[in-house]
This record gives sequence, C-alpha cells and structure tokens, in this order.
Amino acid sequence: MDLLEYQGKQLFAKHGIAVPSGEVAATVDDAVAAAERIGFPCAIKAQVLIGGRGKAGGIKIAQDAEEARAHAGAIVGMDIFGPRGEGPFRVDRVWVEGGSDIASEYYASVILDRGEKKLLAMVSAKGGMDIEAVAEEDPGALVRRHIDPTRPFDAAAAREIVDAAGLDEDVRDAVAEVLVKLASVAAGEDATLIEVNPLIVTADRDVVALDAKVTIDGNAVFRHEELAEAADTAEDPQEAMAKEKGLTYVKLDGNVGILANGAGLCMSTLDVVAQAGGAPANFLDAGGGSKAEAIVDALTVITSDEKVTAILFNIFGGITRCDEIAKGIVTASRQIDLQVPLVVRLDGTNSEEGLKILAEAKLPNLHQETTMLGAAKRVVELTTNPPAADAGASE
Amino acid sequence: MSIIVGSETKLVVSGLTGREGSFHGLRNRAYGTDLVAGVTPGKGGQDVEGVPVFDTIAEAVSEAGANTSMIFVPARFAAPAINEAIESGVETVIAITEGIPVLDMLKTYWKAKEAGVRLIGPNCPGVLSPGKANVGIIPAQFFDSGPIGVVSKSGTLTYQIGNELKQAGTGNSSIVGIGGDPIVGSDFIDILELYEADTDTELIVMVGEIGGDAEERAAEFIAAEISKPVVAYIAGFTAPPGKQMGHAGAIISGSSGTAQAKKDALEAKGVRVGESPTETAKIAVEVLRG
Repeated sequence: MDLLEYQGKQLFAKHGIAVPSGEVAATVDDAVAAAERIGFPCAIKAQVLIGGRGKAGGIKIAQDAEEARAHAGAIVGMDIFGPRGEGPFRVDRVWVEGGSDIASEYYASVILDRGEKKLLAMVSAKGGMDIEAVAEEDPGALVRRHIDPTRPFDAAAAREIVDAAGLDEDVRDAVAEVLVKLASVAAGEDATLIEVNPLIVTADRDVVALDAKVTIDGNAVFRHEELAEAADTAEDPQEAMAKEKGLTYVKLDGNVGILANGAGLCMSTLDVVAQAGGAPANFLDAGGGSKAEAIVDALTVITSDEKVTAILFNIFGGITRCDEIAKGIVTASRQIDLQVPLVVRLDGTNSEEGLKILAEAKLPNLHQETTMLGAAKRVVELTTNPPAADAGASE
Repeated sequence: MSIIVGSETKLVVSGLTGREGSFHGLRNRAYGTDLVAGVTPGKGGQDVEGVPVFDTIAEAVSEAGANTSMIFVPARFAAPAINEAIESGVETVIAITEGIPVLDMLKTYWKAKEAGVRLIGPNCPGVLSPGKANVGIIPAQFFDSGPIGVVSKSGTLTYQIGNELKQAGTGNSSIVGIGGDPIVGSDFIDILELYEADTDTELIVMVGEIGGDAEERAAEFIAAEISKPVVAYIAGFTAPPGKQMGHAGAIISGSSGTAQAKKDALEAKGVRVGESPTETAKIAVEVLRG
C-alpha cells in the first residue's frame, strides 16, 4: 500500500524527521487559505501515487495569493500521467507547504531487498533527480549498504554509509540520524520502501525531507489502524467495488473480462489471452475455495466495466470445487442481466459435476471449452465477433 | 527418494484443532503422510481423530517424534508459531499461512537460517511427494509419481502444469510450492540444489512469476551448479508496471522483475521457457523422452 507524499511526511514527523510545515487541501479555496496561513513563497503539490509530478505540472511555487489561486486551480482536478504513460491519476487533493531555501539536495532511502532478505540503505549526494538514472550513469555516486538484521542499526553504522557517500562534513551526523530514523519508520510502521528524494540541506544547514515515498506492507495494516484510512485514496470504481466485496481485482485497459482462481493461474490466463490476440480488461483472482456468492460478486464487478465485451472463466479446482463455481455461474446469470458471452473452462476437483450443472442450466451465451488455450482463443473470437442475436446454445 | 517430505516424514500440525488445519491435516494423513501430532496451546491432552494434541511443538517432537512441522495458524499468530517450530527441534517447517507481515518474516528467515532449519513458505501450498507424503494443500489426485521435480511460486498454476504432465503419461518426484511472498524461507535456488542431488529427479520444471529477482538468481545458479535439464514457465507478461496482482510478491517496480527480464535471463543460460503452462509441460516431456 503506497502512501501519498503528505501521509508519508506525517509518518516522518511522528518519527522525528524534519519536514516542511504544510496543510492538505481538497479545493482551490482551501489551498489558497492554507497558503496564506503558511506564508509565501510556498509550494502547491499534487497528491497522486505516481512519480514525475513536477514534470507533469503537478508541483508549482506560488509567490503570492493570486499565484496560489492560479496554481491550485490548474492542479486540483488535473489528470497526471506517469513517466511510462501510467494513469491517468486524477488530483483530488494538494499539499501546500512552506518554501525551502535549498543549499544541497541529497538522496536517502531504506528498502526491503527481497533477494538478500535484508533492508538496504542507500544514500547519494546526487539527490533531486531520477535516482535510477544516477545509479546507471554514475554508480559510485549511490552508496548501497545492507543493514545487518542481527544487529541494531545505530548512528555509527549509518555514519559509515554517509561517509562513503561523500556528503558535506558538517551535516553528516544529521543525515546519519535521518537514516537511523528511516530504519525506525520501516520497523515501527511496517514500511517496505521509504525514499526521500530530495533530502535537502537548507541555507541554515538543517536537514529536511522535502519529499516522501512510503510503501506499507499490506499484510501488516491490521496493526496500524491509523494508516488503514490512507488505503482508501484514489481508486477506480471497479477496484473500490471489488475491495468492498473482498475480491482481488486489478483493472486493465482491454475488453476481455477475466476470472481465474489463484494469482499465478490468473496472471497466466492474462498472458495466454494476450497471446491469442486479445486484451484483458482485468485481473480477478477468485481465490482458493471460492463459493457461489463470490462468483456472483466477481461477475458483478467484471460486468460493471463497460468496456468488457466477453468474459473468460479459467478455473483449475484444487481446493476450489468446480461444482460450486458452476452453481455460482448459474445463480449469477439469473441475478445479473449478462449482455456478453461467457467462455468457461472448468478443470480439476469436481469438474464433471460442474460441467453437468452448466449443461443442465442451458444458459444462453455460455461457451464451454476443455483447455486453457482453447478457452483463450474462443473468448478472443467472441470479443472481435459479437455473437448474432440467436446464438444461444452452449456447445 | 524425493525431496523435503517422504516416507520418513513425521508430521506435526500447528492449528490441527482449527477448521482448515484439521481438514488438510487429516487429508494429508488419508494420503499416507505419517501425521504424529497436532499442537494448539491449551488443548494438550486432547486428540483429533486419534491424533494426539500437545501444547507445544517441542512436546510433539519429544513425545511423538515429529520431524516436520506444518503451520496452519492465522496470519497474526503465524510468525511466532513458525519461530516456535524453528526452536522445537524439527528439521523442516512448512508454513501454509497467507498474509504474514513481511518484516516479521524477515526476522524469522534469519532465525531459521541460524538454526539450520529448512523453512518452506509462507503463503505456499506445501510439498507433495507423490505416492509417499503430502504436507499442505496440494490436491494430490492431479499428480502421479515420476521423474520430474517441480518448484513453483504459484499453487493453481502448478496444478495446471502437473495435471498436463500426468495426462502426458509422466509424473513427479516432488512438487514444492515455495510461495509468492516477498520473503520466503526457501528460494528456487535452495530447491534446485535438492533436486540436483535427488536420484529420482531427472528433469526440473520451475514456475516463476513477476516480482523480485529469484528467477534471475536461479538462472545464474542453474548455469553454474545444475547438470539436470531445467524447463521454466513465467507468468505475468501482461501485468502493468507498479500494479500488484494478488500475491504480495507479484509486483513490478520499474523495469527489473518483469516477466520478460526473467525469461531473457533464463534463456541466456540455456533454460527453455514455455509460452503457456501447456507448452511448458510439452517441452518437459519432449526433453525427458529425448
């Protein structure tokens, strides 16, 4: 679960890391009022979960109230696209913060390295720019050290990293202290990624976190109730509906609705549909042991996306029983007015019973396939060539 | 032979008195696994269909001779339960539980390493050695015994491939679900090493997915240490960057960890990578039969 910049900064403040003072605002009027309280110059920053906000026009400096109104007017409600075309991300709130007098821009982060099974601390004197580009063009400028999981991460250990990065002598202790606190954010808040870019040194030689990128482990949200609210930010309508129903759903750009059981099989289903020339509309993992009601919920979510023109069910029952899935399909097709063809592939536990239930129900517009590849081909055909009005029988 | 579980396995199930734990524990026993004990704190002295229940895993080891522990307790209590198992004296801990906080697992991983205990999972379907023992939730009816060792991050995808191998008339020495979480006790490399040494295994099928760099590390390891043929499958080519898909581990950030990068890394080391589960099974059978 990714936090917005201001939510990350609130966590930093809680752990004693200096951040500029600021306020969050959802309307232009509120943003201007906040700017007047904070004073000028101030920064108006779009709060969206994507990098490259500055380049996209989502961060602007206001010298007076008039400028604050103009900038907030341009940013609130704008759509921001990521550097790789991700999005759009609609800006529904801005963070207004006091301007900073910047002497130097550094980079600092603490990230879970799954390969090494350790936290990785990184520091660079080259902050304020794309750190992946720094790592590529000038690898020596980004110091990377793993934190020993068997020893406490203290100021001395952090100071070694800071020394290696060659930061200004007078602020090394202060940056080392920030690094120790970032590690305590990881441990205390179950954060798996904490990135500060830039970590600035002000003209007064104070070390301040000017940005915050924080990812909280979704498995640990239960012990951070104050963060649970942050999880509700900026979701698309289908994803919000799916979450409410307890389904794992990710919206994609295509028109083939997908339901499979298990994350791996579902990802594989997306791949074979794409190989067959189709474009998946979503990822939906019905999970292990799916019951009939879950299928009704899943179909409700999938069909609420208007782009969907055909749906593929790819089920390999292990714990999941195919007869339960079949019952769910029959129930759902009675409850929901399904306007699009449904291709069903049922294999595994109780598949014969499941296939029998489907055959007996004689559902219009339902097509059975016996293999995963056959089902992918069929759904793609049905997507590009919508069935004639009289197409009714299942095969 | 087979790996990790077999006829020598003496299983203790933490959470045996719970709904899921009893269902799967007894199912594993019905398959032929030697289920010697259950553990639920405060319920020592009871039994579940004749299986004695103890208060601690250590008691199950000393009283019932358990050497393998399966963890079926809810996520909030699972990391302490795995830690208890690591300290109890068992050789192997298989953690099925899904949703354990990752930084808890980080500590537990190093604890297991230090103690020299083999940890499989968490968030995994377990290990099946067809005809010998099943520890976990893998539906055994879709697998026959045979010369192919399978190691996989994903459950249902493994069932799909295993079933295609069975239909092609072959089978498996063992099937190991290592789990899709960011921190798992055993990676591809650990299992590949066991299959290399296992006399029953002639070929290895490795099933990966987007996220992390376990597949890339495995590619290096295969080139350096594995003499047996390896066939791979990777899921997640169509996953958009930055989106999380179900498994906590299945997340791509930036360019590393993509399905294409993993496929390229494996193919660069001579590992054949199937386009679909079906093609992967087909290649495995083809390589096996020369």
